[in-house]
Amino acid sequence: MTVEQIVSEGKDQFPIGMRVLAVDDDPTCLLLLGTLLRRCQYHVTTTSQAKTALKMLRENKNKFDLVISDVHMPDMDGFKLLEHVGLEMDLPVIMLSANGDTKLVMKGITHGACDYLLKPVRIEELQNIWQHVVRRKKKDRCNSGSKDKPHPDSGEDAGIGNVDNNGKLNKKRKDQNEDEDDERDENGHDNEDPSAQKKPRVVWSVELHRKFVAAVNQLGIDKAVPKKILELMNVEKLTRENVASHLQKFRLYLKRISCVANQQANMAAALGTADSAYLRMGSLNGLGNFHTLAGSDQLHNAAFRSFPPSGVLGRLNTPAGLGIRGLPSPGTIQLGHVQNSGNPTNDLSKLQSFVPGNHNTNILQGMPMSLELDRLQHNKSVGHIGELPTTDSTTVFPGSGSLVDARITGFSNNPLLGVTSNSLMLEGSSQQATSHTSVSAIGFQNGNALSDFTLIAPASNQLQDSKADSQGQASLINCNAGQIIRSAPQEWNAPRKDAPYQSHALINSSIPINSAMIQLGQCLDRNNSIFHRTTDLDSVGPLNFVDPLSIKQSEGDNYIMEPSVIEKEGYLMFQPRPHGSHVPDNTGSLKDLASAMMKQEDDLGCNGYSLRTSI
Amino acid sequence: MERNPIRMQLAIMRQSLFDQGHVDEQFVQLEELQDDANPNFVEEVVTLYYRDSARIILNIEQALERKPFDFGKLDAYMHQFKGSSSSIGAKKVKAESTLFRECCKSGNGEGCMRSFQQLKKEYATLRKKFGAYFQLARQAGPVETASRPK
Repeated sequence: MTVEQIVSEGKDQFPIGMRVLAVDDDPTCLLLLGTLLRRCQYHVTTTSQAKTALKMLRENKNKFDLVISDVHMPDMDGFKLLEHVGLEMDLPVIMLSANGDTKLVMKGITHGACDYLLKPVRIEELQNIWQHVVRRKKKDRCNSGSKDKPHPDSGEDAGIGNVDNNGKLNKKRKDQNEDEDDERDENGHDNEDPSAQKKPRVVWSVELHRKFVAAVNQLGIDKAVPKKILELMNVEKLTRENVASHLQKFRLYLKRISCVANQQANMAAALGTADSAYLRMGSLNGLGNFHTLAGSDQLHNAAFRSFPPSGVLGRLNTPAGLGIRGLPSPGTIQLGHVQNSGNPTNDLSKLQSFVPGNHNTNILQGMPMSLELDRLQHNKSVGHIGELPTTDSTTVFPGSGSLVDARITGFSNNPLLGVTSNSLMLEGSSQQATSHTSVSAIGFQNGNALSDFTLIAPASNQLQDSKADSQGQASLINCNAGQIIRSAPQEWNAPRKDAPYQSHALINSSIPINSAMIQLGQCLDRNNSIFHRTTDLDSVGPLNFVDPLSIKQSEGDNYIMEPSVIEKEGYLMFQPRPHGSHVPDNTGSLKDLASAMMKQEDDLGCNGYSLRTSI
Repeated sequence: MERNPIRMQLAIMRQSLFDQGHVDEQFVQLEELQDDANPNFVEEVVTLYYRDSARIILNIEQALERKPFDFGKLDAYMHQFKGSSSSIGAKKVKAESTLFRECCKSGNGEGCMRSFQQLKKEYATLRKKFGAYFQLARQAGPVETASRPK
């Protein structure tokens, strides 16, 4: 059969003619794989270089239906390739390896592989891989036409033990997608023939993703439905389906992160260790950008900077951003734990802190620690940062029993200032439940008044459903001045009810905080503190993503990962409410921010927007 | 039944490869992929395998000359080698690779050396057998299918 024949018949005779890209550095395996695939009547392109593969995929988004890739490759890790493809091209990817370790397979799944095959691969296994293409197309398409399509049972891939996971996952995603999908008919494509669904693939560029995150942020992860997101994003030629599938991935990413976060939580350094918040870049899948605040040297933890390599800001495409792979040392911020809340979609509470600018000094001052609150289940008033400050007691912790679930991003420590960078990663943890406020607002005073602090909105409900009563939010305060800094640690400790507090801060706090999280970052006079967050909790849900934009702008590609970069102050930025102030850009003056924030607070009322310390 | 003596001999050789455990089921898969469009597929794959794996063998040898052993690296090389070997169905070679990897994981340097020696032996033996097999196969010419009587 000639190629042309295959191609032209492909549309009608799917899966015959399905276009597969096979990547494997081992020539023997590649030859074998290619031959097997051709025997299955697919149209095959092979390459031994992952980079070449990516190039081919990028050149023409519609050239391939499916990618099969080896895990161990010299020029690029198979998982990285997987993430790239998943994010940029939204193609199903099958992993291939001689190693069938459960951990590896799990890694493949969490990175989004739709299947994981063991070498030597058999033809029977390859004969069914087309199901992944169909499944994905069904997901992307609107509901209406897809029910007729026969789709393979997700759990039934012959011989592949692990496919169940994938299948279930896919199924779940599909269900979620369908739940959210509107009824309306998107486009006029032919829904009957999966192979005819040749929608041009949307490339989720940094800009686009940022808008997406902003929109989701505004709506709140719970309420973020593709239709509304699409409206908010207001991008031409973007269809609801594109958004829907991207949202699915995003959620998966969040979930994955929270899983990792949870694991890390235990390891999270105690405050003393000060993991500064790390920045997480909101890559396509990620939310906002997270920066790991660079801890100062004082902090011994380089943890934050250990943010997964890919998690650099501004790197949308880095797979790392997607997954929390290699979450750095403990103490790094963890994303909301999905696990705790049991709500998979709530991942957003993440701390997003990023270093706005690269000013060391400035940064320190405003270390904003922001916690994001994911949907807060309870509307508790959050400690209001504003109130805190001026007092000498800097602690702003929500003292009471309410726990703040704050994911605090570490503060950047400025050695100069002597600020302790506390990476507060408060993550709601069920353990924390008690009365500790997970995040204590670190009230630092500057000698006189607290200049800024950022609130950390405690956790999202994810953290804890159980901890209903714990509310409170920890607000993080930034210490602005050196004095504050100095006193900060003490302050920090002081309010805490118990020593573990600090560590708790890092750990998940189980407080589900109501959506109001707030943060205010304000740096008093420090000029460049950038962060400040608006809390808008109202409608927004819990997540406030850091606006990747600012992060991106300020950093180059190698953002955060470098320690030096990280050392800048990091703070979290939340996406401001639409009507409210917007996140200022890095160089925005704090005062403006602060006033904006205040204004916002006023606007919002005290519904917990402002972080109130329950002290 | 094969009447052609060469074909008969070929069949015997092939059977002995299986019986002696040199190749496994995967080899059958390779044979099944051989068809009119790909008449020498099996030989091509095996040749490619020997060419590429020679490089890995060399890497391992060099790594074994550096003391102390870098088990991580050795394991990685062997993982690669094992993948290729299993793709062509080289059973004994694959088994020996597994042993080698076990030694790496447990940090058993002596075990690694011994295992590697054994592996090279199997590898060389198989190569000779394949060589003879393919030479005969080429002599025998393409297989005529029953549906196409001459």
